[in-house]
Order: sequence, then C-alpha cells, then structure tokens
Amino acid sequence: MTTHVPGDALVSLNGVNKHYGQLHVLKDINLHVRKGEVVVVIGPSGSGKSTLCRAINRLETIEGGSISIDGKVLPEEGKELAKLRADVGMVFQSFNLFAHKTILENVTLGPIKVNGVAKAQADTEAMALLERVGVGHQAPKLPAQLSGGQQQRVAIARALAMKPKVMLFDEPTSALDPEMINEVLDVMIQLAKEGMTMVVVTHEMGFARKAADRVVFMADGQIVEDATPEEFFTNPKSDRAKDFLSKLLTH
Amino acid sequence: MEVIIENLPLYWEGLLRTLFLSVVSGIIALILGTLLAAARVSPVAALRGFSTLYVEILRNTPLTIAFFFAAVVLPRLGVTFQQFEVAAIIALSAYTAAFIAEAVRSGVNSVPLGQAEAARSIGMNFGQVLSLIILPQALRTVIPPLINILIALVKNSSVAGAFFVLELFGYGRQMANANGDQVMAVLLGVAFFYLLLTIPLGILASTVERKVAIAR
Repeated sequence: MTTHVPGDALVSLNGVNKHYGQLHVLKDINLHVRKGEVVVVIGPSGSGKSTLCRAINRLETIEGGSISIDGKVLPEEGKELAKLRADVGMVFQSFNLFAHKTILENVTLGPIKVNGVAKAQADTEAMALLERVGVGHQAPKLPAQLSGGQQQRVAIARALAMKPKVMLFDEPTSALDPEMINEVLDVMIQLAKEGMTMVVVTHEMGFARKAADRVVFMADGQIVEDATPEEFFTNPKSDRAKDFLSKLLTH
Repeated sequence: MEVIIENLPLYWEGLLRTLFLSVVSGIIALILGTLLAAARVSPVAALRGFSTLYVEILRNTPLTIAFFFAAVVLPRLGVTFQQFEVAAIIALSAYTAAFIAEAVRSGVNSVPLGQAEAARSIGMNFGQVLSLIILPQALRTVIPPLINILIALVKNSSVAGAFFVLELFGYGRQMANANGDQVMAVLLGVAFFYLLLTIPLGILASTVERKVAIAR
C-alpha cells in the first residue's frame, strides 16, 4: 500500500469509523487526497465506498476519527458546516436537480443564495458553465424535460458554480442508460484535465484507467488497496482485488 | 322561507364575521403550523420535542377546550381581551395550527430526500433548504389536506358562537330564538351561508392544485 504525505492534503480522512447498527461500514479509514489529484474509489457493492464519499461532506455522520477539508476539520451541524459544504461539490447517482426550478435556476441558486452573487453575474457564469457541459440551450427547461445524461451534466455544472475546492462524485453514471454514460464521463475527464481535485466512486473502470491518479479499492468497509491505476489493474496485490477484477474482466 | 329574506342583513353580517374569524385564524394557523412543521423536522431535538408535544395535545383535545382555555383560563392568568373575538381567534388558530403542522410535515416527507441533500451539498443552511427547496415542492401534496383543514376551520368557527362571539352561527341562534316557529328555515339558511364560504374553498383547491403541479 502506498502511503501519501498528509501534510499537503486537501481532503484528509483519519481513522474514520462508522456503523449502521451492527454493520461496520467504515473501518479505520485513512485517506489523503492532494490538491489536483483524481482519486477513484472502486469496490463491490456494500463495501462502503458511497458512505465514504458522502461522509466527506457530512451527508453521513461519522462516529470516530476526523475528516478535514483544506486543513479545516468538518464541523458539526450549523453555519460552519454549511460554509465548508459550499467548498465541496457533490454529484449524486440520482442527479437530484431541484425539480421545481429551471436548469438555469438550478445552477444559479447556490451562488445567489449562499454566496450572495448578484443575479446578473450568476446568470452569466451559469450560462458559461452550462455551455461548457454542453446543455446551454436547455437553460429555460425544467429538469424532468431533460435526459438523464443531460441532467447529470447540469448537476455537475450546479456543483461547479459554487467554485468548489474538491468535487465528489457518488456513482455519477450508475443511473444512466449506457449511451449516456460517455457524455457524462467526457465532462468529468475534461474536469480532471483542468486540474480539479476529485473523489469519484464509480464502476467505470475505463474512467479509472484514463483519468485517475490513484485507485482506491474498498471491500467490507476497509481500504484494501491504494495504488496507481496502472499498478492496480495490471498487478493487484490483495486477493480481494484480484477476485473483484477477475469478475469484471470475464465478460 | 321569508324568515331568511327578512333576516338577510343579519345573515350577511354573520357571514362577514365568520369570514373574518376564519381568514384571520387561517392566516395565523398557516404561519404557526408551518413553523411547527419546520420545528418538527429541524436538527434541534428540543424544537422537535416541543412541536410534537404541541401537535399531539391540540390535535387530540376537543376544540371547545381550546375555546374554554382562551376565553376563561387565559383571562384568569392575566391575559385579558377587550373583545371575545380575540379569544376565539387564539383558540381557532392554535387548534388549527396543529392540523396544518401535520399536513405540512407529511408534505415535507413526500419530497425525495435527495432534494434536501443536494441543497445541503451546495452550502444551504436548514432554513434555506426548507424554504427554497422543500416547502415549494411540498406545496403540491399539501394543498388538498390544507383546504380540508381550512374548510373545517370555517365550520369550527361556529363554536365561537357559544362563547358570546356573534358570527354566522351565533346570529343563527338569535334568529332561531326570535322566530321559534321557523327554526328549520333559519338553520337551513345558516347552512346555506356556510356552504357559500366552503364550496368556493374546494373549487379554489382544485385550481391551485393544477397550478402548482410539478413534473418529475
């Protein structure tokens, strides 16, 4: 297992533990993500990878250990937490666009209400972001009128509008039809190339190979391997990872 | 029937008073009920506890007790009113707020959890999540039960008649006493004027419901 220096880490998880009743979903997790790094978290379902991702902006509370973003430990509920969350972009499996707001409003709501940006400026920036993810012409529509792939790209734009320090992706393509997966992955790869710090939970091995700086393999609530994509895919060290990969590659 | 025609001004006066009681109590109850619902889903345990206690007590006791409390007990505690209307408004809005809180809470629960998570993840605080994202979407499911509650409020306001507040039912009683031989007609008139208030509410409900429909 490669160890990384926590000193310059943007996202730092130290000894994180969490239970769901009897189930120990996160076991002593230590993970450090440096600025500009793209970390892909993979593993069988139920391995705790989504919980890990959601814990980073405290959508899941943790019982032990600490999580810090850019040197600041995640606070309990309240103003400070809201402030820190604004710095952490999150993209969900089920998009979660605000159903009663237009595409443009979905993107401008955060900047206007949370950051106090003037509406005209927020609109201009939002349109630029929507163009960038290729859905600019959908701006006046409601989320339900868009395809899944388009909605997910809007969700990415919504998160980017807050100018986050790090982006979390919780299985961003798992709810998509196969032909829409690539349009979302392309946006993510572009984002990675531009130097965005990213933590991506995914089943897309192609994305992991192409865009990841590191692959973190989780099983049973533990980080089993932490390696470069090259290392992990060609020469996995643990039996769990070998088993997981062999199941993927047989088809 | 001529007893109704003869007493039209009284009916009209009663209708306006009932309307006044209902509108004022309705507005207060909507605000109070929404706040109670917000407290019920807030992260603060004390607020949740208070809201639950309030709703369970008010919802599970007769309205007459609320009236008795506002009209008799409050003055003994030093809260006095110039008019009994004020006591009636306090009782009606306090009682109705409990039902509104439950309706709003069920509406809040009908909005998918992901909406709140997405709102929190872009840095919104609890108040913003609720007022900008959850409540506007909850509105759609809340409108029908809310209108039911408001219709019940209009009818419940008749209890005020028993507490010396002259409204539609109170005037009805007066008229019935004055026209002992035509009680039936007088009461039919009262019922008719209540319908004049409540039926439009139902129609309003379906109109609003169509307007606030959200595609998913």
